[in-house]
Amino acid sequence: MNNHEYIKNILDSEKIGAVNISAPYRDELYVTVTGADFGKVCSLLHKRLDSAVMTFFAEDMRARSGSFTVYCAFLSVQARSWIFVRQDVPGENPEFVSIAKDIYSAALFERETNEMFGITPLGNPDIRSLRLHDEVWPRGFYPLRKDFVPPAGKSADGAQYQFRRVEGEGIFEVPVGPVHAGIIGPGHFRFSAAGEPVINLEIRLGWTHRGIEKLLEGKDHAEAVNIVERISGDTAFGYSLAFCNSVEKMLGPEIPVRAQVLRVLYLELERLYNHANDMGGIALDVGFSFPAQFASLIKESILRLNENLSGSRYLKGINIVGGVEKDIDKAKSAVIDEALTKIEKDILALEDMLFSSISFMDRVDATGILRTQTARDLGITGVAARASGIGLDLRKAFPDIYGVFSFAAAKEHRGDVASRFKVRCFETKESISLIHQSLKKLDGCGPQLKIAVLPKEGTALGSAEAWRGPVLVWTRLGAGGKIERCKITDPSFRNWEGLSYAVLGNIIPDFPLCNKSFDLSYPGNDL
Amino acid sequence: MSINILKNSLKKGRVTVKIDPSGIAMPPEMEKLGADLKKAVYAKFGRSFHIREVDTGSCNGCESEIIACANPLYDIQRFGIDFVASPRHADALLVTGPVSKNMELALKKTYEAMPEPKFVITLGDCARGGGIFKGSYYTCGGVENVLPVTLHIPGCPPNPLVIIKTLLAFLQK
Repeated sequence: MNNHEYIKNILDSEKIGAVNISAPYRDELYVTVTGADFGKVCSLLHKRLDSAVMTFFAEDMRARSGSFTVYCAFLSVQARSWIFVRQDVPGENPEFVSIAKDIYSAALFERETNEMFGITPLGNPDIRSLRLHDEVWPRGFYPLRKDFVPPAGKSADGAQYQFRRVEGEGIFEVPVGPVHAGIIGPGHFRFSAAGEPVINLEIRLGWTHRGIEKLLEGKDHAEAVNIVERISGDTAFGYSLAFCNSVEKMLGPEIPVRAQVLRVLYLELERLYNHANDMGGIALDVGFSFPAQFASLIKESILRLNENLSGSRYLKGINIVGGVEKDIDKAKSAVIDEALTKIEKDILALEDMLFSSISFMDRVDATGILRTQTARDLGITGVAARASGIGLDLRKAFPDIYGVFSFAAAKEHRGDVASRFKVRCFETKESISLIHQSLKKLDGCGPQLKIAVLPKEGTALGSAEAWRGPVLVWTRLGAGGKIERCKITDPSFRNWEGLSYAVLGNIIPDFPLCNKSFDLSYPGNDL
Repeated sequence: MSINILKNSLKKGRVTVKIDPSGIAMPPEMEKLGADLKKAVYAKFGRSFHIREVDTGSCNGCESEIIACANPLYDIQRFGIDFVASPRHADALLVTGPVSKNMELALKKTYEAMPEPKFVITLGDCARGGGIFKGSYYTCGGVENVLPVTLHIPGCPPNPLVIIKTLLAFLQK
């Protein structure tokens, strides 16, 4: 049964008629509904597909059809397909009925749509701005509308962000940030505590908002790759891969096998250096500095390996639409082999050091628990989800080239810091194995690295299971292959909220530890 | 009490292992660079040069490289340069990112909290002029539009060796 019939059956079972279903690609399906049916169809798919909202966004189509279009995407693992529910929203006084009451994982996306497009989600109780802070941005300016003009010279309205207040005897607030004590991105954390335990944590982000989605508009795909590599510096390759996947799906060339295998290799190298970094970071945040320094050496050695292979420590400038720029020849292959042997030995030693330390295990065990149900409701993805018993890994859900590799997806159940640590330990080993396998496969591939592409109009969703979790990029190319809309969804966007639940009941001094175990991106969230 | 702790650690043995840094040797010029850097820091800053870092919208690539300067391989601390937690303790402010509108006030406040004499270093291509984010509706187009900048360290991101070399060249002036 193809995805079309599968979804049609689900919709028919609830007697939802008058919908238009189209499947532009094997793994994408669009269900177009009226505003009245939107919530009903989303709820139905949410339950039946057992999927959180994977991405949710709007598009300004007023120049073509006089209206905005709002999309809500779910993932059907069974049908191996992304399912988009789509509705048109009138161009004048745009609003739609919020679905966040039934599907909590849509809540943040609705807030985002409200501030970036001025499309009101009716009934959503929380439409405070996420990125365009009230203190610096006047109301009524919606950057992602096509007719947006920056508020030059106009100052903010004097509005102030309202934090959620916890009141009661003995409750006190601890505000932290946006500038932190370490060398780290900016974010504001507002703890409400009674005695030691945290009663509530509100995380206010958006400090590093640079307007990436607007910047991408009007760019061609080569310029865009340069920008997406700089959304979140530690996921440069994951981002360029997701973006290239999106455009390549649209333009249709078959990517040479060699390029596909190389992409696996580089993506796993990125995972490896970041996971090693996080293992050290978790050690550092319990005050165990020796393994932390050791991990920083492992990270440095992988960064140098990256530089040796591609000329970039952070794997920039490798992906292009149509393939890759940097090949791995026999000599480089030998270098990787040798380096990996040492890296593997070191990572095992690092794990050994930490697992055999009673004080370390005592600090991470049962700390910062994110329960499975909470993770599901919030739409948590990636490492954090796999540590809380949600086994989603896009490398398994959409195998593509990963289908010819043998590896296992990590899964832990307890949702504590230790689980997130163990997921990383597991994934580093799988990554090392994947890199070894890809080196073997390169021997049997032809020499072709890239294929020329011709621009055309269209839309497509690209994805990559980057080290933190799935990076999704939905792109619309318009006339001349210029980007008209590019929606970026970083795993951090919802995982930050997971962190605010995980710390509840823990003591404030354990916050850095919980935070590091998630290791979320500020710039990826803020865009 | 202390005899118990000693007993316990003898019983458990060594949890850590000796690290063999072969394979990621230090760049050969590092020792010479370090010695010069130390001399300059001693002469100009009375042995210690303290830096406070603020991210105003970088992609965190620069942060990763600044942190790498302090790893055991480069270990910039041994030359007298340290990254401090408070602007009150800092001689210089190291700024990354194109200055998002949200960070403008926080950046100014951090600068104001520093004691005199003080100066500003920018690091990474987008900190100067906004780099790839130039023209965005939400950035101030670089640190120079917000604070007076004395030194710029170029790169996207600059690697630890470039950071150390640029600092040295500046301090030797």
